[in-house]
Order: sequence, then C-alpha cells, then structure tokens
Amino acid sequence: MRSGVFYTTYAADMALARSPLARARLVLFASCVLVLPFVVSSYWLSLANQIAIATVGAIGLNILVGYTGQISLGQGAFMAVGAYASGLATIAWGLSFWISIPLASLFTAAVGVFFGLPSLRLKGLYLAIATLAAQQIVEWIVTHWTALTGGTEALVVPAPTLFGARINTDFGFYWVAVGAASATALFTANLFRSRTGRAFLAIRDQDVAASATGVNVFRYKLTAFAVSSFFVGMAGALIAHYRTIVTWERFTLEVSILYLAMIIIGGLGSIVGSFLGAAVMTLLPALIATFGRSLQTSNPRVAELLPAAQEAVFGLVVLLVLIFEPKGLGKLWSNVKIYFRLWPFSY
Amino acid sequence: MDVFWQLTTTGLANGMIYALVAIGFVIIYKASDVINFAQGPLLLAGAYLGYTFLSLELHPALALALTLVSCALIGVFIALVVIRPLIGEPVISMIMATVALSSLLHAIVQGVWGARPRSFPLSTEFTHLVAVVSVTFLLVGWFFRRSREGLAMRAVADDQQAAMSVGVSLPRTLAIAWALASATAGLAGALLASMVGVSQDVAVVGLRVFPVVILGGLDSMVGAMIGGAVIGLLEAYTGGYVGSGLQRVVPFVVLLAILMVRPYGLFGKKRMERV
Repeated sequence: MRSGVFYTTYAADMALARSPLARARLVLFASCVLVLPFVVSSYWLSLANQIAIATVGAIGLNILVGYTGQISLGQGAFMAVGAYASGLATIAWGLSFWISIPLASLFTAAVGVFFGLPSLRLKGLYLAIATLAAQQIVEWIVTHWTALTGGTEALVVPAPTLFGARINTDFGFYWVAVGAASATALFTANLFRSRTGRAFLAIRDQDVAASATGVNVFRYKLTAFAVSSFFVGMAGALIAHYRTIVTWERFTLEVSILYLAMIIIGGLGSIVGSFLGAAVMTLLPALIATFGRSLQTSNPRVAELLPAAQEAVFGLVVLLVLIFEPKGLGKLWSNVKIYFRLWPFSY
Repeated sequence: MDVFWQLTTTGLANGMIYALVAIGFVIIYKASDVINFAQGPLLLAGAYLGYTFLSLELHPALALALTLVSCALIGVFIALVVIRPLIGEPVISMIMATVALSSLLHAIVQGVWGARPRSFPLSTEFTHLVAVVSVTFLLVGWFFRRSREGLAMRAVADDQQAAMSVGVSLPRTLAIAWALASATAGLAGALLASMVGVSQDVAVVGLRVFPVVILGGLDSMVGAMIGGAVIGLLEAYTGGYVGSGLQRVVPFVVLLAILMVRPYGLFGKKRMERV
C-alpha cells in the first residue's frame, strides 16, 4: 500500500506532471478547455476569454511577487504599456498582430526593468511605494501625451488577422487567448525548474543567503522584472486587440490591485493558483451583476447599489482569504489532492 | 506677486490637510509597521459622517466630536477584526489587507450615502486649519513622547515580542493606534470636505499623501508636518507656474528620487534595510 508519492530518480522529481494521476488531470483539464467553446454561449465564452487573458497577467505578476518576492503595485501601468505599444505598432507601422504582440511584450519588459531599478536598493514596503509611483507616472504620461496615445480619448486598434481572415469573434479569439495562457503557464513551469527560476526562489526566501551562495541578486532581480513585465505586457496587448479599443481607464491602480488580489486569492508562487485567482476575480463580479439584474425588476434601487456591492464583495473575499487561508485557493486544491492521495485510509 | 501669495496660501492649506493625513499614516506605522492603504476611505467616512451630523443641526463642536468618536470606533473595529489576526504575516498580506479594507469601506460609504456629491454645511478659514492641525500635531506628539500608551506603542513598533513579554497588550495597543489614526483621518476628511465639498474626490487624497510620508520619513511626526507643507507648496507652484495637470505627477517623481537617495526620508530613523 502506497503511503505517498516517492521519486527514485531526479528526472521523475523534476518532471512537469509528476504522477500518472497528475498527467490524467492535465489531460482532463486540456480536453475541457478544448471542448468548452463548442458548448457554451457567447456570454460565457467572452468570460472565458477574459479569464485566459487575466491568467497571462496573473502568472506574470506571480513571477515577480509570488516567486521572487518583489511586491509590485505597477501591474496596471505595465499592462498599459503593452496595450498601447501593440496598438500603436499595428496602427502606425501596419504590423501584423502576431509580430506586434511579442514586440510590445519586449518593450514592456524593457520598461519593467527601468521601473525595477529601485528594487536594487529597496524591498518590501518601500518597493511597493516605488512601484505605486511608477503606476502614477505611467498613468499620467498615457493620459497627457495626447499626440501619441490620444490622451483620454480611446485608441481604436484593429482585430487580429490570420491568413487574411479577421479574428473578431469570441470563438476565434478564444484560441489566441488560451494559446497565450497555455504558453505562459508552460514557460513559467519550466522556468522554475531551471537555474534562473531557482535563483528567483532563493532571492524570495532570503536575499542575503542567496547572494552568499553565489546568486547575483541584482541581475536576477532585474531578470525577474523583465520576465514578469514581458507577460504582463502581453496580457495588456491581448486586451487591446480583444476589445479593439484601448482606454486608460482599463489600466488604473484598481487594476494593479485586482491582479494582486488574484494572486493572493489563488496563491502566491503557484501557476494553478494564478489561474484559479484569475477565474474567481473575473467570474465573481459577473455573477454579482447577473444576480443584481435578476433582482432589479422587483427593486429599482439595486442598480445603484451594484458597483458598491461588487467592490464590497471584492474586499470581503480578499480579507477572508487573508485571514483564513493565507496561502490561497492553490493551497486548498493541494489539500484536496493530499487528502485523496491516501483515501480512504488517511489517518 | 498676488498670484504668488495666492498659490502659497492654497499650497499651505492643502499641505496642512496632507500633514494631518500623514500624521494618521505615521501613527499606524509607528505602532504596527503597517502602511495603511485604507486611509482614503477613512477620510471619506469622516467627510460623510461630519456632513450627516451637521445636517442634523447639531452644534458644530458636538458634530465634530461625534464624527471623531465614530471614526475612532471604526478604527478599533478594523484593528481587532482585521489587523489582529494578521500580526506576523508577510508585508504583502498586510498591504493587501488594508487595500481590501479600503474597497470594503469605500463600498460601505457609497452604499450608505450614494455617489452624489453634496456641499458641506460649514466652511473653514485658513487660520482655523492651521490651528486644528497644530493642536493635533502637539497632542499626538505629546501622546507618543509622554503617555504610557504612546510609549507602549513605540515599544510594540520596535519589537512586538519584546513588548509583549514585558506585559504590553498588543490588541489593546493596536486598537488605540487605529482609533487615533482613524480619528485623525476623519478630522482631515471633514476639514477637506469643508473646503472642496463632500464627494469621492476626498478619498483620492489618501493616495496623494504617499510622497509626503516618504519625504518626511514614515515614522516622524515633524516629517509629516514639513513634508505636508513642502508637497502642498510644490503642487501649488507646479500647477500655477509650470502647467496645470503636472501637479499630480511631480510629487511622485520626487517620491521616486527620495526613495533612491534617502529612503528613510528627511526626518525618519535610519532603520530601513538596504538590499
């Protein structure tokens, strides 16, 4: 009788799916993702798209906050950089969506490194405030550099095309967004099996010890900012082309906070957690809105209270998770797995 | 010259409000090493509570007292329900807890009073402002230097475990700190509302105060006062002379510069850890 999962080779310990059951779960999840767009309505499909894009952004932020331990309140700003960079590249240079997205992500990575420079001297609370300043400064530049970004006016961005066919339906974009999310997840899972990823973890756990064991803390911190901003910029660019319209209101400090909430609720330093957090934080407001609309016919005041209710639930959920399960939904998920690993003979 | 004096008084008036809000930050930071991102909605609560009590046609002094007491009660509630279970958690949890609190409080204020702006039934002169802020500054300063509770608070900030082992009650100290900070924020909110009216804009100040506390030092009362005045004047002059709109971003550029050069601020203790 097995009493747990044990590995006898390093290869087995390092594998992405470390047991037959894990492999089966992965296949099951992948087939659900593949079947989903054929069975659900377009409303649910648009939610699925939002979740996929948010997953890219949340994993990006998690690389920085959850895995490397550098707190960032500048997520919204970096998403704005990615969105505007990709949008302007397709408009001004007529580039294809497939080229502008990686270009915009690379540009965001460069901006991320620049605003990551304070992290070389600051940590914790002080770094959070420095990234808050980055958020304010980028937001101000976006709204005031009218010649480039159109200021507070919306920037209209073309929808992506593939072999001449425009991808402007939720169904078409689903494959783009899910492809990006899967690639991000796979890259991140691999990153933390590599030397670079392990260096990030070492810096998070104890930066002095990391530097004593030969990790170049400066270099790896900036690398973490670059990798994280790359994916965050990609999420921003995806939103731009999905909505085909870019406005600065989508990238405010509230967005930074929303993404931090996603990874807190999902679990810091967890890819499954990033996905769960993105899903919860996208579905929750949508469900409250649906519920509110169903009540509206009986009580007209509900419509006024709806934004406040969404905000209150957001705050409440984050607080409850922080107080009762600080490691997030990812931890709950692994608790379930551990329970059933020995089921029915757990003790 | 007229423009200059006008800008100076506006700048100083805003600076006094900033200083008051910054004092709230400093109190909480001194007592629990937490940065309070929920300061904005606390200001908003103060503004709306003040408005409500004044609308009941109470005597202004009584209305003010009631506002302060209700804000202090909100603070006690926050400290005991939210902050206490999180003692000893990592920085990010604390930050997110106050951020979440900020959403919750904001939603409650919005749910109770609605989003429509109101006009505040009282208006404040510049001299009143200076008087109120100076008195608060002196009282809080005295509290930290001389009173038993204030000393306990500083001990807790210095080392929670050591303070607990010599018999300081952590929950009690936290509750007092949050009550004091919330009352200060409520006062600042009511004062601000008497200048610009009661609306969501009051809450924005909670964010604009970060450059002030960083400039002055997170744990310095004097720093909060001087930082408030400096940032208030800086905003007024850049808005007046350089270009309007610019005053929203210049303080944050200053903030980044200070963080790079002197992260503990002008008057803060050099306790912060360098990487």
